[in-house]
Amino acid sequence: MAKHILEVEDLRGYYRGTFGVVHAVDGVSLTLDRGVIMGIAGESGGGKSTLAQLVSGSPPPLLHLEGGRVIVDGIDIYSVDPEELRTEVKCKRMSYVPQASMESLNPVKRIRDFIFDVVAQRTGKRVSSSEQKSEVLDMAANHIKTLGLERAVLDRYPHELSGGMKQRLVIAISTLWNPKLLIIDEPTSALDVTSQKRMIEALLNLKRAGIIESMLYISHDLTSLRQLCGQCIIMYAGKIVETGDMDATIDDPLHPYSRLLTAAIASYDSKGKRQRDLKSIPGSPPDLRDPPTGCRFHPRCPYVMDICKTKEPPMVMAAKGNCGASCWLMASESGK
Amino acid sequence: MEDKQKTVDTGIVLECEDLTKLYTSGLIRTKTVVGARNVTFDIKRGEIISLAGESGSGKSTVGKMILRLIKPTSGDIALNGRSIFSYDIREYYRQVQAVFQDPYSAFNPFYKVDHLLDRAFGLREDNLDRDERSKIIQSTLESIGLNPCEVLGRYPHELSGGQMQRLLIGRSLLIGSRLLIADEPTSMIDASTRASVLNLLLSLKKDKGLSVLFITHDIGQAQYISERVLVMKQGEVVEQGPVDEVFTRPKHPYTKELLAAVPSLYQKWDECA
Repeated sequence: MAKHILEVEDLRGYYRGTFGVVHAVDGVSLTLDRGVIMGIAGESGGGKSTLAQLVSGSPPPLLHLEGGRVIVDGIDIYSVDPEELRTEVKCKRMSYVPQASMESLNPVKRIRDFIFDVVAQRTGKRVSSSEQKSEVLDMAANHIKTLGLERAVLDRYPHELSGGMKQRLVIAISTLWNPKLLIIDEPTSALDVTSQKRMIEALLNLKRAGIIESMLYISHDLTSLRQLCGQCIIMYAGKIVETGDMDATIDDPLHPYSRLLTAAIASYDSKGKRQRDLKSIPGSPPDLRDPPTGCRFHPRCPYVMDICKTKEPPMVMAAKGNCGASCWLMASESGK
Repeated sequence: MEDKQKTVDTGIVLECEDLTKLYTSGLIRTKTVVGARNVTFDIKRGEIISLAGESGSGKSTVGKMILRLIKPTSGDIALNGRSIFSYDIREYYRQVQAVFQDPYSAFNPFYKVDHLLDRAFGLREDNLDRDERSKIIQSTLESIGLNPCEVLGRYPHELSGGQMQRLLIGRSLLIGSRLLIADEPTSMIDASTRASVLNLLLSLKKDKGLSVLFITHDIGQAQYISERVLVMKQGEVVEQGPVDEVFTRPKHPYTKELLAAVPSLYQKWDECA
């Protein structure tokens, strides 16, 4: 058994089309240990979802892998043949829930018929006899209970369910086979606060019940990441700018971008006392067809120095909390 | 405190009384769904008032009734003391404008953003020539904190969500509206630019005396932006009052539940720890 559930080495993924070459993920390395929930945060256009698509082994047509390796539980997913990738990795070890996946339920089928279809695809056998059906239904009912859904949901049509229920159902269906790794992309962005809380609790339940082992959770919402994740990565313009323990990253961000990002979100403490005004980050993310030289954040950075404009900063690890940031400020501090 | 006194003096812009909307479906076996029931509130000049609640609680129904997009089943809405249905529709929209959730679908992708701003002049009473129009557009953009040369002449897909949403707010200022219905204006845009929209609404309230009905499910934003808040559940207002009071000492159990569901950046929920 491989030591890490997921290893990503110097991953590069570019979109190629008539619009040019977009450097959406450009040299990302990370390791995910077993039993850890890792959050990936950042603005839209930062490459979070592209990273998830690459790691899941199902990049859309225009996205091309340009270099690097993705190793899921010891299997290099881009060097094995597609059939093995499908049967060994996607069906057993890893599950990927893309953005807006709750719309993927079949609108003209009851949920249970949809589940029979999925079971038929996975096992290669059609679910036809009533014994088989009730067996599958029992299994499914048991499973969706961990996500806070009742058995009656299986007899409904998708339009009879709320957004939060549909989202949890999709997650339930994609974790029917106890995948070791769940990659989940913005599951809460279309939900209101109450269903968002239920969603996060459901994901934690899945982990507690031992159905999934590790999770890669992608969201721009730092506040919900904080509730769920143990580790965190902050991405900007296709690169990792900061990595470390979730709590340390929020309480004491190292990279200027992370500092600005947290200042844009929190204005109240737990007792409802106003702490400070919200500030937005000036400017907008760069056009990744022609990314800025040096540090990619330098055009928006308030602490910009000359070296930032020409040379790319290395990832420097801080003394505490497993944290690291790729910033020249850090590099010069540790040099002294 | 002085600030709040001032808003009382300048009077009430919009008044809703016993606003009720029932949606009925079916001819024989009629089914009724309550969109809103007995909603009573007012908005004063230069005041931001929040309407909070979960999805399906009737927040947007109230917004749409004020915008005359749907007809209330019963109850009155008065703008400046006159029933909104007595206004000519053009005259009404000169005073009341809206910003919706999705800025990406509010723009026509085939036209540059100038087109949208130019079209807004159609609602104005005065007939301006091109130079005057572009002068007004320039000054309005500057007043909402957008650099005209960064925005004008661009296509919608070249702008960020925050810029688009601010442009739409700017558009309603061009028309000269006094009341803005903001229906979840920040839920689809990035957290990093969300603050720019909220801060813009706050500064317009202060400088221009704009009244805003801010519809949101995010209690944190309601707390940040408004003086008064109404909490809705299943079409009814369950609690209303000054923001600080409602959120620090909630009386209704639903408000408590809603507050407990808001994740905080600096604190973990007990069950997650």
